[in-house]
Amino acid sequence: MTTQRKFVAGGLVIVAALGYLIWSGVTQSVVYFVTPSELLAAPVANKTYRLGGMVLPGSLKWEPKTLSLAFTLSDGKGQVSVRHRGAPPDLFAEGRGAVVEGSWAREGYFQASLILAKHSEEYKAPHDGADPGYKELLRTLRREPRTDEKPPR
Amino acid sequence: MIPELGYAATVVGFVLALYGAIAAVIGVRTGQANWLRTGERAAIGVWLLITACIALMLYAFLTFDFSVRYVAVNTNRGTPFYYRITALWGALEGSIVLWAWMLSVYTLIVVVRYRRRQPELYPWVLSVMLGILAFFLLVMSIPAPPFERLSPIPPDGRGLNPLLEDSGMITHPVALYLGFTGFSVPFAFAMAALLVGRTGDEWITITRRWTIVAWYFLSLGLLIGGWWSYHVLGWGGYWAWDPVENAAFMPWLTGTAFLHSVMIQERRRMLKLWNLTLIILTFGLTLFGTFLTRSGIIGSVHSFTQGSIGVFFLAFLALALLGAFSLLAWRTDGLRAQGELDSAVSRESVFLLNNLFLIAATFTVFFGTVFPLLSEAVRGVKVSVGAPFFNLVNIPIFLALLFLMGVGPLIAWRRASAENLKRNFLKPVLAGIVAAAVLRLFGVGNVLVLTAMALVVFVAGTIALDYGRAVRARRRSGDGWGAATWGLLLRQNRRYGGFIVHLGILVVALGVAGSQAWQIQTEVTLDKGQSVEVDGYRTRYRVRFDGLSASEESNHGKVTGTFTLTDGRGKEEVLSPGRKFYPQEQTPIAAVDYRLGIFEDVYLVLGDFARDGSQATIKLQVNRMVSWLWIGGLVLTLGAALAILPDHRKPA
Repeated sequence: MTTQRKFVAGGLVIVAALGYLIWSGVTQSVVYFVTPSELLAAPVANKTYRLGGMVLPGSLKWEPKTLSLAFTLSDGKGQVSVRHRGAPPDLFAEGRGAVVEGSWAREGYFQASLILAKHSEEYKAPHDGADPGYKELLRTLRREPRTDEKPPR
Repeated sequence: MIPELGYAATVVGFVLALYGAIAAVIGVRTGQANWLRTGERAAIGVWLLITACIALMLYAFLTFDFSVRYVAVNTNRGTPFYYRITALWGALEGSIVLWAWMLSVYTLIVVVRYRRRQPELYPWVLSVMLGILAFFLLVMSIPAPPFERLSPIPPDGRGLNPLLEDSGMITHPVALYLGFTGFSVPFAFAMAALLVGRTGDEWITITRRWTIVAWYFLSLGLLIGGWWSYHVLGWGGYWAWDPVENAAFMPWLTGTAFLHSVMIQERRRMLKLWNLTLIILTFGLTLFGTFLTRSGIIGSVHSFTQGSIGVFFLAFLALALLGAFSLLAWRTDGLRAQGELDSAVSRESVFLLNNLFLIAATFTVFFGTVFPLLSEAVRGVKVSVGAPFFNLVNIPIFLALLFLMGVGPLIAWRRASAENLKRNFLKPVLAGIVAAAVLRLFGVGNVLVLTAMALVVFVAGTIALDYGRAVRARRRSGDGWGAATWGLLLRQNRRYGGFIVHLGILVVALGVAGSQAWQIQTEVTLDKGQSVEVDGYRTRYRVRFDGLSASEESNHGKVTGTFTLTDGRGKEEVLSPGRKFYPQEQTPIAAVDYRLGIFEDVYLVLGDFARDGSQATIKLQVNRMVSWLWIGGLVLTLGAALAILPDHRKPA
């Protein structure tokens, strides 16, 4: 019987240690999810946040040579300018939702270390006979004559 | 036409499954075999109907029948032939159909195998299996109908999610679902054992191979998922502690615990209650995983209420767990252990620890996955716990498990003497320490990596020691080399199959440790003709940008970059990462290119590019030892195959 009791005691010690590990893990690595207006209400510098909003159309600036990416995230009520080093990832575009992870810089912008673009699952029926936007791009790359003057997008 | 036929098949299938589940019970209660026979016929009917559903869906996909909403959403006229078939399980509704179909196949195998061999348990097993099938057919009928009509009929469909246009998508869901559904067979036998009151080892012996099969497919599904993530998603990793991954990982953890703890029951008549709990948990977690990934709850608690599928899964999960645990409580008296723990230094105790750590890992993954949801629901604060949390908590747990993996198979049952410990573990422990010291001399400074490497060498040492001894023993008793090496593997296939699986896990562990500890990544914009250099382990890689080209595929346009990779020995190779433009997506999707190697992969992603082809932004990574994951998966496959072979020790 005492052997069994020792096992229970030993098990409890291990369980307590694991519980502590989980508790400290959560408190160390939990990241708060905020919207631009929530962040602007009470920004804490150098604390890690996840900031989610829509990439404001016309705000995206990408400089390939310096790898600097800048854009504005908006939730309709507030706007936060975001800076990131690196090319815009897949599924990232103006007018679409994006979540960025990073921290608030004292200079008044959000420095993103990670961009998580959102994938759209909604059904969109293609318009009959419409020219998909990318065809123009392919033509440019192949140096074929343009069919219209609109810039490719 | 197809939507109506398919819907009819689904509803009739649901009624038939429900009828069969009840008929089997009536048969066993009244002792009238006819009832049982109609239950069996119902099972065959259900299988035929779900097969018909799959055939109808395939037909709809191959003929571009866009009157079926599921077809219109997941395919378009340009979708290549293979992906029109795999589009079948490309989204929620179809994956439920695939799941149900596999379950119906397993049910059929149960009917064929056990109707005569296990007359007592069989009717209940049949009833439970058909009950689960009825649930999935109900889901197919109400919240996730695969044959829903779309009107007006669009001229073309939207197209498959481009990320799913990959060979991994052919095998990954199939393997994963074979694993998920496979666990319902041991679960059904466990329930039958509880209902009949035969709570001995019988159900465990019967379902041993089923469990290994399910576990193997689940492992394979996870590994293929990692491979897909690595070579499609373009972030250079294979595991992100994403809720979708966690959903599949949790039943794997409890399933692994179950595989080990049943050995104690078979040998020492202990842990009966625990084993039943584990299989119930594993089965519950397969349902929970589907709930988690398919209800939309991951995005936000609020999206949960948008579709009704989450409610269905949660209700069935609650029902299944409540029913199973009530049965368990009802039979507690018959579940007392007949053996007892004698010493903390024994195989039983090591297996118990293994179970404890596996459950702790499961709980960690569970907690990390649902904590954001709980926080949002209870406190109204949205938070995320990412990879740092999972790594922080799980790394010590997995290192402990590695250690136990070396100790468990060799330590004595009941009470290990100092002599036993010395004989089995002295040399492997020394080998591990020496390995860590050598790696330290070669400049490996990361403590976690050194620990992991030392443990891997230690475990490999114990396996080599044990196998070497067994081979020598056979040689002494007069066997030739062939009989002593290969023959031994076959004769004790269960033990050595397990050892080979352990070796596979060790190789995977090396891959994980190596790739997590070292990764070199650089992002740079190159002009045409310009090069970038990165340092690999012993060589310097140079990547030169040679230009861009464009092409049009059947359902997308593709811009491909040409890059020349030169390694330190002057060997040249062309890498062509690209970006794919799908009309249904507003933004392009990366097409990764890489050079895989035993010790290092060079991994190249094309980011942005200038429209005149003069400039390209690339992400260049040197990923170390990732290939070991795939090699480990291969070793694991061999071991599992060996363990699944019929047991040769017992006469049939």
